[in-house]
Amino acid sequence: MTKTGFVIANLFHKKTRTWLTLLSVVMAFVLFGLLQSLNLVFSAGADFVGATRLVTQSRVSFTQSLPMRMVPEMDAIPGVRSVMYQQWFGAVYQDNPQIFAFAVDPERLHETYPEWVMPEEHWNAFRDTRTGMIAGKLLADQYGWKVGDRIPVQSNIFPQKNNSKDWEFELVGIFDGQDEQWRRQTAGSIYINHAYFAEAALFGGGMAGIFVLRLEDPEMAESIAALVDERYLNSSDETKTQTEKDFQVGFIKQLGDIGMIVRWILFAVFFTLLLVVGNTMAQSVRERVPQFAVLKTLGFSDNSVLGFVLAETLALCLIGGVVGLGLATALGAVVAQAAGPMLPIAVDARVWMAGVVAIFVLALVVGLLPALRARRLKIIDALAGR
Amino acid sequence: MLSQIIAITGLNLRSIPQRWGPSLVIVIGLAGVVAVFTALLAMAQGFQATLKDAGRTDNAIVLRGGSGAELNSGFGGDSADLIKLGPGIRKGKDGRPLAAGEIIVITELFKKGETVNGSNVTLRGVEAASFELRPQLEIIEGRMFKPGLREILVGVGVTRQFAGVELGQVLRMRGSDWTVVGIFEAGDANDSEMWADLDTARSAFNRGNGVSGVRVGLESPESLAVLEEALTADKRLTVEVLQEQAYYSAQTGQFRAMVSVLAGVVTLIMALGAIFAALNTMYAAVATRSREIATLRAIGFGGFPVLVSVMIEAVVLAFLGGVVGAFIAWALFDNLSVSTLGQSFTQVVFAFQVSLGLVMAGLVIAVVIGFIGGLLPAVRAARLPVTTALRTQ
Repeated sequence: MTKTGFVIANLFHKKTRTWLTLLSVVMAFVLFGLLQSLNLVFSAGADFVGATRLVTQSRVSFTQSLPMRMVPEMDAIPGVRSVMYQQWFGAVYQDNPQIFAFAVDPERLHETYPEWVMPEEHWNAFRDTRTGMIAGKLLADQYGWKVGDRIPVQSNIFPQKNNSKDWEFELVGIFDGQDEQWRRQTAGSIYINHAYFAEAALFGGGMAGIFVLRLEDPEMAESIAALVDERYLNSSDETKTQTEKDFQVGFIKQLGDIGMIVRWILFAVFFTLLLVVGNTMAQSVRERVPQFAVLKTLGFSDNSVLGFVLAETLALCLIGGVVGLGLATALGAVVAQAAGPMLPIAVDARVWMAGVVAIFVLALVVGLLPALRARRLKIIDALAGR
Repeated sequence: MLSQIIAITGLNLRSIPQRWGPSLVIVIGLAGVVAVFTALLAMAQGFQATLKDAGRTDNAIVLRGGSGAELNSGFGGDSADLIKLGPGIRKGKDGRPLAAGEIIVITELFKKGETVNGSNVTLRGVEAASFELRPQLEIIEGRMFKPGLREILVGVGVTRQFAGVELGQVLRMRGSDWTVVGIFEAGDANDSEMWADLDTARSAFNRGNGVSGVRVGLESPESLAVLEEALTADKRLTVEVLQEQAYYSAQTGQFRAMVSVLAGVVTLIMALGAIFAALNTMYAAVATRSREIATLRAIGFGGFPVLVSVMIEAVVLAFLGGVVGAFIAWALFDNLSVSTLGQSFTQVVFAFQVSLGLVMAGLVIAVVIGFIGGLLPAVRAARLPVTTALRTQ
């Protein structure tokens, strides 16, 4: 019998118990996978956004609009490659308020966000169609929109000059992300033409919510940010400029202490799991004391007996953990589908990595005490049942 | 029969201290389930109560039609004056209709310990009537702001969560300095706001004579319909009239649904894990006592009392775990003040509420899990073949 075979055979020494323990481990890792992915949404979030862009907002808060006269002033700053402005439109489509619609200058959007991929003729159409609108691929898929459709959208902020909050736009393009993470961002995105918006809206046309500055060199981010903020210091429109990544992280942090709660649950789950598996292993070793004595009598060293017990724990945690994380991956996809763009969770490689670390830590913590006990075992005492 | 059940159960329960290790698995497993369940729902409950308490049934909020939230709304001072003259509005202490035009400005504050990312906090420009419309609101420290001066009152929830808002400190917003002169407490969502004089705020934030919305006191809750009918019929206005309590309660739906789903999923998965752990423990308990059980059967005890006694042991341990879990949730989380983004895109500060109802629900879950976890091992114990069991070592 090989050593691996021996470990497996020992593991199923008590079938019911091993199966039940395995199932608890599976459940714990299903939770671990889902909660860790949620945790990532709240903690890191925006790693894929490079440092090549700055976001300038009003110092009061980003809901306070800034005047458009700042655009040429920012264009003139050395080191700034292009400037984009956007105004939050407050769109609601068929009672779905989870739509991120912004009024933008099409050409400036194209220059500032090369990550959005769309055929050049669609970019041109967006530029040339005053009532045009482009939508993210995932959003367009969700509602079955096709280029050429006329889409009725309500704004919960801006009425048109006739006092009606019902707007209609022509879909002239559908944009995709350059990679998987950017594609995920297209789930709720709409852009409309700022020139048309400014003319048709009853108020708010001369303002923009934030400015996005694409830099020639990310190294200059800090100095340019300071330059912008200094320029508007003590004016009635003081600004706060930060990298796009910090801006995104700040956005997620607004959700507040949810991340902390998730960490507490993770801790509770893990602690519970530790006890369950730890106890099973201890019990299993206790019952097999005479067997270990026999092993030692046969000439196995103290260390290889320790190795057997540790390997058994590891096998248990590994099988349970991998199955659990696998289930979590499937479940996570279902949850993400149901929750929509507000909760972009995904049990991805980062979660798996954390999961694998957790598996090994768990195996070591719960296996070590019983393993040491088996190692210390004196043959005579054990065989005599003392 | 009953005496047999009592005898065996007593025997089992008294022997628990001799085998604490395995029994502890049930206790701790269930403590984990109940603690997580209670804490999550206490969060949902605290959030809901904070917003619901902020609204009264005899107050109404008038917004621009289709806005849904004060943040999105806005109209000129002339519209505000028309609204204040509407029917069904009760008289205030000064004999004039009890109505206040208010503006919402979103400002950024740093959470305590945070230096990079600010959080949105509501700054509300208010009139004298705003205080009369919220009688639950009291200034607990400092004094009232003086109209014309850039002075603000800060809600007690804001002072708990954010830095730089102590009495006497100065906040810089849009090129102007505001001094904190007082701290107020209302015991609800109002505590998450900062208040300043309406006219002073309007001039500092370039709002002309506009307001975000008008808050009015109604003669009775039924007057809502009267006011709504009159205002919507007025061709000069495009407004919606919302009952204050309904307005705030509507903001809790999404958060509550999200937390409830989270609590449901997490509890379900943890409960399954706990059931497996309980099964494990009880099978082990039955196995180690198989000779003892067989002896009892041999001297005349029935199978049913044995079954019941194992079930009772599992349920008692589970209940104990539930109590521990509920206590942990209460000790760690009750009244814990946290904040999250509300629907008006600003921070709502609220406290966890571990209520008796939640604790009871948690204990019921614990007992049910104990019951399920004990059932199969109990059946096995009752069916133990007496002769073989007596012979095993």
